[in-house]
Amino acid sequence: MNLRPGRDGWEKTLFERAPDGVHPPVSYPAYRSNLLRSPRQPLVLLPQNLTEVTAPVFGADRLGPNDDDLTRQFDGEPLGQRIIMHGRVREADGRPVPHTLVEIWQANAAGRYRHANDNWPAPLDPNFAGAGRTITDADGRYTFTTIQPGAYPWGNHPNAWRPAHIHFSLFGRAFTQRLVTQMYFPGDPLLPYDPIYNSIPDQKARERLIARFDLDRTKPDWALAYEFDIVLRGTPFESADHHD
Amino acid sequence: MTDLTPSQTVGPFLHIVLPWADGPFAASPDTPDAIAIDGRVTDGAGAVVPDAIIETWQTPADQRGFARCPTDDDGWYRIITVRPPPEPDRDANVEAPHVDVSVFARGLLRRLVTRIYFPDATENAADPVLAGVDPARRGTLVAAAVDGGYRFDIRLQGDGETVFFDV
Repeated sequence: MNLRPGRDGWEKTLFERAPDGVHPPVSYPAYRSNLLRSPRQPLVLLPQNLTEVTAPVFGADRLGPNDDDLTRQFDGEPLGQRIIMHGRVREADGRPVPHTLVEIWQANAAGRYRHANDNWPAPLDPNFAGAGRTITDADGRYTFTTIQPGAYPWGNHPNAWRPAHIHFSLFGRAFTQRLVTQMYFPGDPLLPYDPIYNSIPDQKARERLIARFDLDRTKPDWALAYEFDIVLRGTPFESADHHD
Repeated sequence: MTDLTPSQTVGPFLHIVLPWADGPFAASPDTPDAIAIDGRVTDGAGAVVPDAIIETWQTPADQRGFARCPTDDDGWYRIITVRPPPEPDRDANVEAPHVDVSVFARGLLRRLVTRIYFPDATENAADPVLAGVDPARRGTLVAAAVDGGYRFDIRLQGDGETVFFDV
């Protein structure tokens, strides 16, 4: 396992900030849990120095057997529609993010999480944990096999339902690139009503969280497929010779 | 082209995959000079936050350099690490020893970033980041020395609100 991030020439690396509208605001009261948890003071600009332009490097030792196939983690098969979730992790300038850890978690087909605090009356699935991990290949590609998660109610407002989603966690190659997000499914009728999805100000940015149905990657007589590409902050100011 | 992927909340069920058995150890507890940093996460009403996850990163990472620890029912997290050395910044100033921190929790639509500084570091006086923070709030970035290590509380909102950074 490579534990030591490269530090030579770190001064050349400067990550571009996200344009306005891409990320949700710090304060977003329509999401009720945000009310008492969001800071009231303005954020202070932090220059990007050595700590910010480096990140931990995780190897295959972080992965267990079948961590990338959530349908094969138990003796039996989980209920639900099998899906292949795949995509590419890139930076804003297009370069792939190879060998980076991708973690996912999700509800089961009935919309229930295997978690002590999820107690709405939908069945648990003894053959589904909803936890996945993988590492991107040399081209930044990842693939999971899982099942289509269900929607579920939550207490944000009367008759609130979360659209079906899969949580994603990414590290990238720098502290500045760390990203936790959620992936949604095309055509979900709950999206217009979801304050978490709609907290993203820019509509085009919001829609980038919706996976694309991918007929080419379906497995005939076995599983549907969706493509979800993830774009982390890039370094447009970096000298070209640093790109290879 | 900046088709950046937007951030979303980690939600209440992060424990399904994010905590690792060895998560809290940025350094082995057997390392000479290993220290514990612990603290409590509280919200704007002073209530503890029992469903956050704290991640730390520091350089140089002679060991893992990274730790993650979910908060417990009383809002506590605890990580094991070593104190990092001072490092030069881009302008040849010296940054005092510090640990970068990410806070994820239900209710936060994007991560919050802060830094842990050490109370007995002489370099703090000339640290360019601390110098850019309102002196009345600077103390929220400095851990308190306690037996066996340091305590660093994180107040998300309100009185004594921790300084959070836009990185």
